[in-house]
Amino acid sequence: MALDFFSLFSGKPRSKNIAKDRLKLVLVHDRANCSVDVLEMLKNDILKVIAKYMDISDEELNIQLTKATSDKNEEVPMLIAEIPFTNVRKPKAEPATKE
Amino acid sequence: MGEVIVVTSGKGGVGKTTTSANIGCGLAMHDKKVALVDADIGLRNLDVVMGLENRIVYDLIDVIEGNCRLKQALIKDKRYQNLYLLPAAQTKDKNAVNPEQMLKLCLSLKEDFDYIIIDCPAGIEQGFKNATAGADRAIVVTTPEVSAVRDADRIIGLLEADELRDPVLILNRIRPKMVERGDMMSIEDVTEILAIDILGIVPDDESIVVSTNKGEPVVGDEAAAAGQAYRNITRRILGEDVPLMDLNVDNSIMGKLKRFFKG
Repeated sequence: MALDFFSLFSGKPRSKNIAKDRLKLVLVHDRANCSVDVLEMLKNDILKVIAKYMDISDEELNIQLTKATSDKNEEVPMLIAEIPFTNVRKPKAEPATKE
Repeated sequence: MGEVIVVTSGKGGVGKTTTSANIGCGLAMHDKKVALVDADIGLRNLDVVMGLENRIVYDLIDVIEGNCRLKQALIKDKRYQNLYLLPAAQTKDKNAVNPEQMLKLCLSLKEDFDYIIIDCPAGIEQGFKNATAGADRAIVVTTPEVSAVRDADRIIGLLEADELRDPVLILNRIRPKMVERGDMMSIEDVTEILAIDILGIVPDDESIVVSTNKGEPVVGDEAAAAGQAYRNITRRILGEDVPLMDLNVDNSIMGKLKRFFKG
């Protein structure tokens, strides 16, 4: 009882909630058949494309898998990318074909 | 025509063999004719859990290779006269059988038995494919741990891809005190994550260890909580509507109040 009382107010998360959160995250990856490696490669490619148009920093880029509910009310994996940028660059003109 | 039920889990050591043995005995207690099939070729264990290890003459591979007739390999149980065991081979490996052969075996067993319970090996490879080949229904066993639930999720995906729709869950080794203080995932937590129906819950019970030591499945032990759990599961397999057993340790008003406030 003393232990219960203590942990109720200490704000320490219950270990079962930690288990649930970890499990949910790992299952999003398992179910989507998407490994951390694939996500890392994807991140690098996205970075390359965006960098053509905007100034962004690698560290602030956050790409993760999560789940969402589709129009048909089914749970589907969702890719979320947060990409803070500082400046939009004028895209370099494609080398003009000489007339 | 009988029904083939495969007991599977993905992860090893969560209680597949114990569950298979208890469901088999439980159904035999209801006067059903039951065949228990150990599909864990090379790592057989259902024989020792059933206490029948000294009676093995032929095994599953002998039947498949035609070294003996099916009836010669079936071992009659000591306690329940409607119960038979088809043991796994200990000297071969999982690649000694293929899914077509298992399907054929299941079809011939279905002619003579009401229920055929298949104890599936751990893993998702050949042994899993063999064990599920002839199954009509699947039971997934898991414990309230991250690794076991994760593997159960993978197995559910594979079963559904294999046309074994609507597998049901047995949540094994629940420790009510730990659930109550929030240090173990609850029945609701696990079923919410896996999104499948629950067939039953089994408390973590010392009497399982004792009964396994003796080679007598706990379902026959009237005094054991785990025995009651398996008797309930058996009745649900037979189509009865039996409520999940109450695992709450503290049923006093204070206990109920505490649970209410903790959610």
